[in-house]
Amino acid sequence: MKPILELVGVTAGYGRIEVLHGVDLALPRGAVMALLGPNGAGKSTLLKVASGQIRATAGHVHVGGAHVNGASPDALARAGLCTIPEGRSVFPNLTVRDNLRLSTYAGARAADVYGTAFDRFPRLAERANQLAGSLSGGEQQMLAMARALATNPAVLLVDELSMGLAPLVVRELYEVVAGLAADGVSVLVVEQFADAALAVADRAAVLVHGRVVATGGPDEIADELANLYLGSVT
Amino acid sequence: MSGLIAFTVLGLVTGAGYAVAASGLVLTYSTSRVFNVAHGAIGMVMAFLCWELTVQRGLPGWLAVLLVVGVAAPLLGAFAERVMMRHLAGAPEGTTLVVTVGLLIMLIGAAQAIWPATARPVEPFFGQRGFRVGSAFVTYHDLVMVAAALVVAAGLYSLLSRTRIGAAMRASVDNRELLRLYGARTSLVSALSWAIGAALAALAGILLTPVVGLSYFDLTLLVISAYAAAVVGRLRSLPWTFVGALLLGLAQSYAVGYLPPTEALSGLRAAIPALFLFAALLLSPQATLRVGQIKGIAGVPVPPARRALVSGVLLVGAAAAASFALPAAQNDQLALGFVYGIVMLSLVPLTGYGGFVSLTQLTFVGIGAVTVARLGTASPLGLLAAAAVAALVGALVALPALRLRGLYLALSTLAFGLLMDKLVFQSSLAFGFNGSLSVPRLAGLRGERAYVMVCAAAFVVVGLGVLALRRSGYGRILLAMRDSPAGCATLGLNMRWTRVRLFALSAGIAGFAGGLLGGLRQTVAATDFQLMGSLPLLLLAVVAGVTSVSGAALGGMALMLLPVLASAFPALGGLVYLLVGVASVGLGRDPNGVVSHLFKLGRRREHWRPAPARRPPSSASTEATRVSSAEAEQSSTENNSGAEHSGTPALPLRGAGVNR
Repeated sequence: MKPILELVGVTAGYGRIEVLHGVDLALPRGAVMALLGPNGAGKSTLLKVASGQIRATAGHVHVGGAHVNGASPDALARAGLCTIPEGRSVFPNLTVRDNLRLSTYAGARAADVYGTAFDRFPRLAERANQLAGSLSGGEQQMLAMARALATNPAVLLVDELSMGLAPLVVRELYEVVAGLAADGVSVLVVEQFADAALAVADRAAVLVHGRVVATGGPDEIADELANLYLGSVT
Repeated sequence: MSGLIAFTVLGLVTGAGYAVAASGLVLTYSTSRVFNVAHGAIGMVMAFLCWELTVQRGLPGWLAVLLVVGVAAPLLGAFAERVMMRHLAGAPEGTTLVVTVGLLIMLIGAAQAIWPATARPVEPFFGQRGFRVGSAFVTYHDLVMVAAALVVAAGLYSLLSRTRIGAAMRASVDNRELLRLYGARTSLVSALSWAIGAALAALAGILLTPVVGLSYFDLTLLVISAYAAAVVGRLRSLPWTFVGALLLGLAQSYAVGYLPPTEALSGLRAAIPALFLFAALLLSPQATLRVGQIKGIAGVPVPPARRALVSGVLLVGAAAAASFALPAAQNDQLALGFVYGIVMLSLVPLTGYGGFVSLTQLTFVGIGAVTVARLGTASPLGLLAAAAVAALVGALVALPALRLRGLYLALSTLAFGLLMDKLVFQSSLAFGFNGSLSVPRLAGLRGERAYVMVCAAAFVVVGLGVLALRRSGYGRILLAMRDSPAGCATLGLNMRWTRVRLFALSAGIAGFAGGLLGGLRQTVAATDFQLMGSLPLLLLAVVAGVTSVSGAALGGMALMLLPVLASAFPALGGLVYLLVGVASVGLGRDPNGVVSHLFKLGRRREHWRPAPARRPPSSASTEATRVSSAEAEQSSTENNSGAEHSGTPALPLRGAGVNR
């Protein structure tokens, strides 16, 4: 079976600065893959290429077997590719309810979105009419994850889910990721801190200096991680 | 008491018209972060179109209004968004302002070309029919105006808070990229907000036409009132915008009713919107320090002092040669070009280095001219006095506006320009009402040729000064302050003093140019220095290149040539301005302007030359060639990927097609 998301020889960057120098990566259907790597390795850039925010200068991006190099991020989102970018991916000057309402652009019904989000995260229901910017960091990330839950995407791309959050919150969020995976959503999680992501992942890849240097099961990768980060040959 | 009711009704009705205009402005600003200076111009063009449809084509009034507000204006707004504004979302305020100024000039040019200036009386809807409220007479037109404001208020409220696309409009301000990741078609969202904004501008223009008359400039400037109201709402809050509009309408109406009809106060009455705007700006809460930006700030290289000096001498030589080749009348034009060049130079430190937009540079030119005229001296010291007075006024303007930033600062210069127009220049202190002053030429200068040379030399001296400023520590502080005010604050720089000095300097240069202009024209009047003249000046400065002295020279000559072209080819009429507007669309995005492209051309030619044998291939030149080849490579791959995948990629995840 073809992988749901596949990058073949992708190079990309910002203007003259090339960040990805030929990345090959395949996310199997229904898998949770952790994409690890040190600062500046190009993890977020890879996610931006996959979600259509940056155009690959060479190589191919395939989603669901289709070539999507030139597709716009909104078209990809409507087709079932849910991306949660780095930082708090909510609209701070909109209420929680308005934030959820915007999730319906990806093709879900508003009532379903509210229902799913408020069932899974009762704290959001309490704050439905509050501005999202006034929520705590963890609550904002829950709101962002609620979009992934409610819109039932085919692929979920998450960038730095744990950034700046308390360990308990991180655990709860990764439970959501695991739950989504159990429902058949293919997930690509970018993490700088490996442990949380490796706990839920069934595949892992390590990106160093714009190249994928290792892929494999989470346990093998966990063992090799220090060497890979530090760049020594094992 | 009966008077009070009548004036209150009048004020509320006018305020309702302002409210319609201001709400459109707030909608476009809060959903695209582009402040549409041309908002009034859109209303003006649409009011003309409505007149055309009813009076010329004989359409019934309701149908014409429906066609204009419902079809033509939204199309124009969406078109402007599509062509001009789409790429401006994250651009610095200066750039967005200049592009909309370009739109304004383009629209005025188009209106003048399509509807040549004649008197066009406009009947209010339903004629003069109406009914009495107590002692006040309310026409049905007034009633329509108030009803329109109420409908607009209710409609906008429910659009923004009740619908998904309304939420998307608000979200696109927070984070446009994220909204795309949510799956919203952001281009559609902003096009819609511009379409609605333009429709509201059109509605306001049409409704207010019977009050202000069908005139290019009055209707365009009517938007000042809308700005004032919008600033009361901090360009965000619609309810406060409505409050501001009604307060402004009432203030104007009471001023008409209760201020004693003396000459001094007649100017004050006309200046009420500007005063209101000024007050609203100064009293509104302070914006937080901006942290910094990476986008669109690369400047042009600064020439070394010796090369600048050589170019300056060459320029004066060229001016001398040209002055001998041209007849006397053209010589005056040439001198005018250099004087305009100096005015543009005054914008180089302010806008080019400092990033502040002044919408009213001609006002300072006017102050300089008045100073020289009032002194009545032919000595060169008069020019220095002109510069000093203008610099003083510039510092005075900067002081109250110290706490304003970006757009608000630009708007405060606009308000200042209007106040000077209506209050000072018309007063007996300056030109007097519709008056003019005669200015003596510099002593010891005979003939036009000498004056051309003086102006060219003055341009070169000021230009060298500006370049020296750029190389100095103060110049570096200016650039740093533009790029990151917050960073400068943490370094402990005194930004207020830097800013006051910058404004004073810029105003001083403009005042100096004013002195020269006075000597050139020998008769100056208030109409020479009107606010409306400052807008093409700013536009041309930016289009030509506001970050370099060469750009100022080019811009000055272009500004001088525009009216010459317009009068040489009267058939073109406003079309020349239309062209300038169009140019601004393409070039306004690049603050380095046309000149930077010329610079690049020159540099590329240098690369083509074979490297001199005595120098080993230095790192710099190889670096450059490597970069350019990498660029070429990149563009070729881009082209390839575009050609290869131009088809519509389909994504059969849910059988949904992916439309690009």
